[in-house]
Amino acid sequence: MFRDPNAMIVLAGVLLLAFSSGLVGTFTFLRKRALVGDAVAHSILPGVCLAFMIGDSRNMLYLMLGALIAGWLSLFSMDVILRKSKIKSDTATALVLSVFFAAGIFLLTIIQQSGKGAQSGLDQFLFGKAAAMLPQDVLVFAISSISIVLLIFIFYKPFKIVSFNADYGRSIGMKVGAYEFLLSTLTVLAVASGIQAVGVVLMAALLITPAAAARFWTDRLSYMLIISAVMAMISAFLGTWISYTSSGMPTGPWIIMVLSVIAVLSIFIAPKTGILAKFLQARRNSNKILLENALKSFYLAGEKVNNFKIQKTEIQWQSICNLNGAVLTKVLRKLNRMKLLLKLGEAWQLSDSGIEESKRIVRLHRLWELYLNQRLNLKPDHVHEGAEAMEHLITPELEALLSKELGNPELDPHNSQIPYSTKP
Amino acid sequence: MNEAHNPILLDVHNLTVSYGGKPVLWEIDFEMPFGVLGGIIGPNGSGKSTLLKTIMALIEPLSGHVNIFGKGLDEVRSKVSYVPQRESVDWDFPASVLDVVLMGRYMKKSSFMGAYSKTDVEIAKSALERVGMDTFQNRQISKLSGGQQQRVFMARAIAQDADFYLMDEPFAGVDAASERLIMDVLLSIRDSGKSLLIVHHDLHTARDYFDWVVMLNTRLVAAGPKDEIFTEKNLQEAYGGKLTVLSQLSHLVKDRDFPVREKPRTKK
Amino acid sequence: MTAFWIILAGSLVAVSCALLGTFLILRRMAMVGDAISHSVLPGIVIAYLISDDRSGWVLLTGAALTGVLASLLIEWFHRKARIQSDASIGITFTWLFAIGVILISKYAGDIDLDQECVLYGEIAYLPLSTIVTESGYSFGPTGIWILLLNLILVLLFVILGYRGLQITTFDPSFAAAMGISTAFWHYGLMSAVSLTTVFSFESVGAILVLAFLVVPAATAYLLTEKLRSMLILASLFGVMASTGGYYLALWFDGSIAAAMALLSGGIFALIFIFAPKQGIIFKYLRSEKLLSGKSLSAQEFPLNKHKF
Repeated sequence: MFRDPNAMIVLAGVLLLAFSSGLVGTFTFLRKRALVGDAVAHSILPGVCLAFMIGDSRNMLYLMLGALIAGWLSLFSMDVILRKSKIKSDTATALVLSVFFAAGIFLLTIIQQSGKGAQSGLDQFLFGKAAAMLPQDVLVFAISSISIVLLIFIFYKPFKIVSFNADYGRSIGMKVGAYEFLLSTLTVLAVASGIQAVGVVLMAALLITPAAAARFWTDRLSYMLIISAVMAMISAFLGTWISYTSSGMPTGPWIIMVLSVIAVLSIFIAPKTGILAKFLQARRNSNKILLENALKSFYLAGEKVNNFKIQKTEIQWQSICNLNGAVLTKVLRKLNRMKLLLKLGEAWQLSDSGIEESKRIVRLHRLWELYLNQRLNLKPDHVHEGAEAMEHLITPELEALLSKELGNPELDPHNSQIPYSTKP
Repeated sequence: MNEAHNPILLDVHNLTVSYGGKPVLWEIDFEMPFGVLGGIIGPNGSGKSTLLKTIMALIEPLSGHVNIFGKGLDEVRSKVSYVPQRESVDWDFPASVLDVVLMGRYMKKSSFMGAYSKTDVEIAKSALERVGMDTFQNRQISKLSGGQQQRVFMARAIAQDADFYLMDEPFAGVDAASERLIMDVLLSIRDSGKSLLIVHHDLHTARDYFDWVVMLNTRLVAAGPKDEIFTEKNLQEAYGGKLTVLSQLSHLVKDRDFPVREKPRTKK
Repeated sequence: MTAFWIILAGSLVAVSCALLGTFLILRRMAMVGDAISHSVLPGIVIAYLISDDRSGWVLLTGAALTGVLASLLIEWFHRKARIQSDASIGITFTWLFAIGVILISKYAGDIDLDQECVLYGEIAYLPLSTIVTESGYSFGPTGIWILLLNLILVLLFVILGYRGLQITTFDPSFAAAMGISTAFWHYGLMSAVSLTTVFSFESVGAILVLAFLVVPAATAYLLTEKLRSMLILASLFGVMASTGGYYLALWFDGSIAAAMALLSGGIFALIFIFAPKQGIIFKYLRSEKLLSGKSLSAQEFPLNKHKF
């Protein structure tokens, strides 16, 4: 592919388009205008057709102009419908989208019927036959991409405020309306050029999907812009490559395919926010709970007979811990590795650090019970379950705060001793 | 209804509820008796609405359970009426006042889709009379003021002919005349032997309006007859800011996706 | 005679869509309607590939299931992946549509389905395709029977489910509190929309179905405040758009379905400007002249609307 000059032109064009869409899409995503981008994409068609009919030419600039006007008109229409009637935003969007698009299809079929032959130029707008890109087209895309980047760079701060908290912007006297108009213009520009890579229907994907995926990786706008643009470009590259290497495969849909897969992957593998990360965290939680509960039951068994170093065999511990054989074996071994349990022949026993650790857990349990009782007004017989869970979560820092709030107490609501721990 | 054997109407037991992964209600636990006009009060963001929605099983709690009339909600739905916040509904919806009130009769009808019976219509109309909206029967709901909308919601609740009414901020954004009228209706409902639990937004009027009060601030501050509840200490606790320990713990729960109960809750 | 069949087909689609679309826009799910109409494409293609019969019930139902799949996917993105709702919709339908187009490109030879046809259908072929295959005697185009069946199903759903749809649309919390299954009505509506989209796609194309779902209903919304009237008016506007659209297409020699959709937009624009009470001309006159005597409609809260 890299030796084919035509393919390289297509690649360059597509990368530029993906780049600008990824950037602009981040803002539309944050402003929750994702589907408005979809509406604009559909609305552009009649503009392009009219430009073609009036100008009778396939000149890209001319068609772009028609596209831009139609795009603005669609935004204007949505706004008017919204402000001047009880119609809600989703309906206004769907309405403008479908009517403008219908107008576009209508004009397109008229053009096709009139046999103007050059109608294939217009098909590009429908399905984005990237394969037919010309060098001069790429030039136009480059200019539009550069303008978009420049504008985003210059107006970064106000754009950020308008996207995250427009009300705040208004309250400090910012001309929010003007910046929103500018952002809308950028959207129309990105869409007008972008649909030539992927077509009308799929344009929305270029605006929405990279931004949504990027959101999983970062909280910060600057990173999000970069990640979104990069993901869009990777998809553009792979999509073009796939379409180039397999005959008959359209570029646009493959770009979207790759993009969607990247998004789903992000949903799963992103650190912290990803599903996998959450699953692993849940597993860590369960393990912690399991181990700490076992330790606690040793301690409590010992507390009963006032001997924390009692020894019991695995089978004896089974009934005390209330765990089945296989699980218990794993737990015992793990606690042994952590040096919290000692194995003496067939019997198991708490080590010194084991006693310390279980004291800590019991302390947290009883502190929390007291807190629930005194501060949350729960009766003593209602505090046990909550404490069973929170004893595994409370950090040393929170423990200190808790103890201080309760006045360094000695007894829990059931009048049991709250152990002190030597841990800092 | 078992009032003699079981004087507890509503038993809220260790309810912990989260929003966006973070607990906003911690271990709420109280019992409400029959026959009172109960109010839930607390500062903004204290979880009042959330509590009501959880009682109505619209939200699934992280821990605890709720019993009404000694049973789970599903068994007693026909005896319970819920009035959501007025702004949760789009008042541009094409319907008349009577249409909305009749919705309260939906579950009482025998068949799935038949028309409402004459009795249903009469009950709806008398409910409207009770809230002073009978002349507005055929008025479109988009043409109502805030107070009138609230009264329509009340009429719908009355038409359900329930024994326990739960309402979310029925006085918010309502003009003074409507407020008085609504208050009268609430009192008459209570006087007829039924019970009510109202989420209320305004501390100042709470003392006058309710017999029985639940004070919330992410956790239960106090619950009981109003004279016992409105103490300096309680007000301080409720309106004096959140507990740091709870805030920090909420963050930890969210951060580590930690379960608030070790095993899945067992519903009674 | 062809004119009659075409207008009838358009009207059948229009009414089915208008009835469902009324509830869609009242539930603020117009764009979900957009999503479903795009998403059924891969289902249609797969069904065509599996079964050779163009009008098989299995194929159509299977295709309709992809519409339900789409709404399940949207739910997954929104609930499990915690993605905002508009993005969930956007990601889902574009992905499914892309799959559909890829499948068409790959198997274009095996099925006589081309991309443009998918987009805007070719309602003009509807009567032709059947008259040729029937050996002289025909009950009218098979396509019509399918559309009629769809309309009957939709009517049954809307009539039997009127109260359930009404209540769950107006106040879902209240409905749930009463014990009504909001999920049932939601997925029921989504299934009906999917089915209608699939049944209609041959005649008007996957994308123009959206216009029929949304525009006549929106027009009716401006004119009435009674649900029954809204349903009837929406259907009426749909039929008007169908009829007028046919002649418009004839005049300019363009796509019939597109003309129908365009005309529905034209009707909307007329009503938007000139309607009594809601039309902007009337509103303008009212605000300028301080018309007196209008009974209270004091809105104590400003309407919460998005601005673009």
